[in-house]
Amino acid sequence: MSASPPGADPGAAPGGEAVRIEGLHKSFGENEVLKGIDLAVASHEVVCLIGASGSGKSTLLRCINLLEPVNAGTVWLWGSRITGPGIDQNKVRRYIGIVFQSFNLFPHMTVLRNVTLAPAKVLGMPQGEATEEARALLSRFGLLDKADEYPDRLSGGQQQRVAIVRALAMKPQIMLLDEVTSALDPELVSEVLDVIRELAAGGMTMLIATHEMGFARDIARRVCFLEEGRIIEDAPPAELFSNPRDERTQRFLRRIVDAGRM
Amino acid sequence: MDDAQQPEPPVDPLAGLAGASPRTVGGAWQPPGTFASGGRGPKLFSAEGRRGTVISTVSTIIVLGALVAIFLLAPGAHAVEHAFLSPSHMWAAFIGNPQQGYYSVGAAILLNIKMFLVAEVFILAFALAIALVRQSTHPALFPIRVISTGYVDFFRGVPLILVIFAIGLGVPALNLPVVSNQSNAVYGVTALVLSYSAYVSEVYRAGLNSVHQSQVAAARSLGLPQRTALRYVILPQAVRNIIPPLLNDFISLQKDTALVGILGTIEANKAADIYSEQVFNFSSFTVAAILFLILTIPLARFTDRLIERDRRRRLAGAAQ
Repeated sequence: MSASPPGADPGAAPGGEAVRIEGLHKSFGENEVLKGIDLAVASHEVVCLIGASGSGKSTLLRCINLLEPVNAGTVWLWGSRITGPGIDQNKVRRYIGIVFQSFNLFPHMTVLRNVTLAPAKVLGMPQGEATEEARALLSRFGLLDKADEYPDRLSGGQQQRVAIVRALAMKPQIMLLDEVTSALDPELVSEVLDVIRELAAGGMTMLIATHEMGFARDIARRVCFLEEGRIIEDAPPAELFSNPRDERTQRFLRRIVDAGRM
Repeated sequence: MDDAQQPEPPVDPLAGLAGASPRTVGGAWQPPGTFASGGRGPKLFSAEGRRGTVISTVSTIIVLGALVAIFLLAPGAHAVEHAFLSPSHMWAAFIGNPQQGYYSVGAAILLNIKMFLVAEVFILAFALAIALVRQSTHPALFPIRVISTGYVDFFRGVPLILVIFAIGLGVPALNLPVVSNQSNAVYGVTALVLSYSAYVSEVYRAGLNSVHQSQVAAARSLGLPQRTALRYVILPQAVRNIIPPLLNDFISLQKDTALVGILGTIEANKAADIYSEQVFNFSSFTVAAILFLILTIPLARFTDRLIERDRRRRLAGAAQ
């Protein structure tokens, strides 16, 4: 049944194709942001989305997470269709972790409560167990001493790492990262990128929208260049960065190099 | 006051200046303290240190002295003093004397407090329900949404005193079982709840709107159903943002309980009214006014403190 969750048994690591997107269109009023996206991400694959602001990277991620309803096209998660009628959004979202550019931690809750809220309320995990797992995750990412702090007492880098931990606490099968370092001071970027590298090394399937070209080159199996709502070029990083085929990709990369960002 | 023209070297060159050097404001030297904000938010008048204290004390004495002088020098001063400020009448009205046909204003204020407390609980719950309905987007709720909007428009537009009359006189006339056999205080509280819920629901709505959409996205992206997201993520933040305006409405509610007296309920204002009719002296109203002030001023100061705390917290957040 189409409403059944993707990878119905989350305990068994699903193999094969994690995400398949076909003919995805998304408009905000008159403004068509995605103009027919086709993309497939394999399990354990890390795919980076690059492109100028407004090219549609964030909207694409938000569509996969069902935060934005799509106008046309289909998204599958491990073979189950997740767009269209009759889909339990909340069930789908349990399998997808998303981290936002602006952290979006809950400011009125401690770090620990930020992390345990969803496991306790959505998965029905007993509070004690949720707390234990949250502390384990926080300690894995060097944040255990911040467990009882409120978000506004943390640096941007720490907040973003907590946001990643909060998403991981739901044991997602795929992580969507939406320009997670763009709001950070330069000296705080690396601590967040290190966390993502660790996730990649652990085999996490990830779709990453980023402006960090060096990072994309290191971590991605494939890099997709988006412009005006279309995927212009989709290639392994070595190829895309050193030998871009499309003229639009070349122009974009030249601007990045000129700006000293690569 | 006299040394404003005579520049003295400021002890701390930055003292009392909001981000500007004393020598560059308007191109000319300004005495220290002129632009002082003291870090306590925008104040119209403020000066720092001992000199500031002296100035404010002197000006307070002058202003108050002038007001008292105007009162004392008025041709009818003595008559007014006797009619409104007579200590013996004030005491008599405060303790009351049923044999003489008047009630204790001091005891009657307890009914105002009771009505206020009961009304407040109902207003908080009812107004929240209205706000949530008005914020909902589900198509099935459309009719309730329309009714809620009409309700808010109606009760914000009709004077409270008319609502009290309508409920207090109309409901008993309906001759329904139970509903039509309540005390006037109950009808008064019902009218207060109906009227104030309309205002407070708008305050709630402003609070709900003040929580950024990204918080909703973060909660929903974790798989929280809408209701859970509202309960744990949105509402707590919304309520925190509206505590000062909520308290402001409740200060207003405290004194509007006096309007219930028009139904004949012996609350403080009505008791004072009865005294003035029996004894032909208005000092009883002064007693009622003092009692209402004793109720409202602490809440007003408390609200001020919350606003100040909130402002500081926001500044601290922005500084990071």
